[in-house]
Amino acid sequence: MPLSSQAISNTDAQRTLEGLRVGESARIVALYVDTDLRKRFAALGICPGNWVRVLRSASMGGPMHLRIGTTELILRRHEARSISLAP
Amino acid sequence: MKRVALLGMPNTGKSTLFNRLTGAHAKVGNWPGLTVELLSAKLLVGDQIVQLVDLPGIYDIHGFSDDEKVVTTFLETQTTDLLVVVLNTSQLDRQLHLVHQVMQQGIPVLLVMNMVDEAQKLGIHVDAKDLGKQLGLPVCLLSAKYGQGMEQLLPAIRQVLAGTTSTDLYSRDASHIEEAFAKCVSVPAQASHALTESLDHVLLHPWFGLPIFFAVMLLVFQGVFAIGKPLQDATAWVLTEGRTLLLEPLMATWPAVLQGLLLDGLYNGLSTVASFVPLIILFFVFMGIVEDTGYLSRAAYLMDALMSRFGLDGRSFVMLLMGFGCNVPALMGTRVIRSKGLRYLTMLVIPFSLCSARMQVFVFFIAALFTATQAPWVLFSLYVMSLLMAILTSVLFKNRYVNNDAFILEMPPYRFPTFRQIVLRGWQEVHHFLHRASRFIVVGVLLVWMLTNFPIGVGAGSMDSWAGQMGRFMAPILSPLGISAELTIALIFGFVAKEIVIGSLAVIYGQEGQMLVGTITDHMNWIQAYSFMLFVLIYTPCVSTIATIRNETKNLWFTTLSVIWPLSAAWCVSFIFYETASYFVRN
Repeated sequence: MPLSSQAISNTDAQRTLEGLRVGESARIVALYVDTDLRKRFAALGICPGNWVRVLRSASMGGPMHLRIGTTELILRRHEARSISLAP
Repeated sequence: MKRVALLGMPNTGKSTLFNRLTGAHAKVGNWPGLTVELLSAKLLVGDQIVQLVDLPGIYDIHGFSDDEKVVTTFLETQTTDLLVVVLNTSQLDRQLHLVHQVMQQGIPVLLVMNMVDEAQKLGIHVDAKDLGKQLGLPVCLLSAKYGQGMEQLLPAIRQVLAGTTSTDLYSRDASHIEEAFAKCVSVPAQASHALTESLDHVLLHPWFGLPIFFAVMLLVFQGVFAIGKPLQDATAWVLTEGRTLLLEPLMATWPAVLQGLLLDGLYNGLSTVASFVPLIILFFVFMGIVEDTGYLSRAAYLMDALMSRFGLDGRSFVMLLMGFGCNVPALMGTRVIRSKGLRYLTMLVIPFSLCSARMQVFVFFIAALFTATQAPWVLFSLYVMSLLMAILTSVLFKNRYVNNDAFILEMPPYRFPTFRQIVLRGWQEVHHFLHRASRFIVVGVLLVWMLTNFPIGVGAGSMDSWAGQMGRFMAPILSPLGISAELTIALIFGFVAKEIVIGSLAVIYGQEGQMLVGTITDHMNWIQAYSFMLFVLIYTPCVSTIATIRNETKNLWFTTLSVIWPLSAAWCVSFIFYETASYFVRN
């Protein structure tokens, strides 16, 4: 898995994907979603242990453009809030 | 006959593989116990004919989405002799879970590792032989799009169908499958598509992204009309010549009623619709290119922030956009939306998209009643109105059809569509469109002719004909909008298809071309014309649209709502416009 060169400085215990800045990477530790969404997340690579990188963010609070492994996807910030990252 | 089913996640090139195997011979069909139609085709494998079925793309066999239920029901109710699981070779890590689930079904499995061309570019290497040995099932490494490695597939299918391979040998252990893949597939540490990255840098730019997107769409519509209009005129010319040179002499001795029914009714009606086929083909081809390159997912990314405020999302916007060409394929496109609420809301909104058929009516009326300098702005105002109605509708109904779907969408790398792909796709879409629409068009045009020509002895389209009587009956409802009895008849026919509106006016007034324009100018002022255009814009686009909504939802109540709401909205908007504008003009 690609490891980000940026140092992960945030020490907040409840760090979520929503707060991850463009260009930064972090490891997913937990998902706070129902079973159905958990399955869809997993199918697209969003599951604990995987590294996620924010490629860009749409203006006006639009979705985030992410990369996990070799998969790229877009996700609304609302859903990004339910993905918790390693500090 | 043995049955082989294709199964895989969305965006793995499953349909491309299906098309590659079957060519253009696929048929859409109903299956017992299933609510959706599936594509299937007969395929010659060695010396036997097998049935190949394309199952919808799914993420999880035990998932709860409509498509996932379709696959589960299919596997439970239909005997399947082989499951061909299609994987995207460059994204294997997240698909292994599905492979594991499929191997538990007790059905022989064949793994197709597709998109090997992309995987090679990323530096991913697969040892297919060893992987097959480890998993105990055949593995084919291929590219369905470019045909690379396709020659191994049919022999592999034949071998499984003929063989006695027991599925008991399949691994029940997910970690064993993971190990096998880890051993036989090597992925470089940094794998990304360089071209996609630099293109996205520009096309998804926070400021330039949206303007570029609108410019691209404008170019698509311009392209469709610039190439399509001459083709449409040529088709219309051929069909008219065919009538005067071939059919009229042939039928000269037939009874007048039969001649009228076949020529003025059936032939004229069908040829008006047929002349639109070039435009439809071009529209599908252009939109297909935009879609196959992967740009539509980018459009969803760019528009999602705005659409979420109206209870819709990025995908709904893309469908709304497709509706500007033709509402019917746009409605069918909503299948990708998983939330029923969002899907229904999108289907309620799409019919307000100003489609090419309505455009034809507007161009005619605008040319008749407005100056050349006013014309583009009048047309533009109708496009704005179309979007406003879509927004109003979604705002009004978003609490009834709630979007409970998470917005998560895969962003495929940019791809170059192949010529073969484009042609096949255009052909399939048109085939489906004509298949669906033809019944309604035949019935519709015959009905128009009968209503304007009966009871026997009345002048065609006169006020004494059945259509005229209907027009007079409806007059009290539509006269407050400034719409005359003649135009009311045209509106009734326009309910069948907007393509008929101008043609039916020609029958009603008994005039054609410039003469008809002159008569329209004498009979109405610009306020009446604009009120009429607003009504045409907002009320039901055509019977095909209603039929498609009924087909897609299987919900009579919703279908009724999708007729009633636009009708009442059309009446209200036209009424407000006509009365307000008349008031200001009088004073």
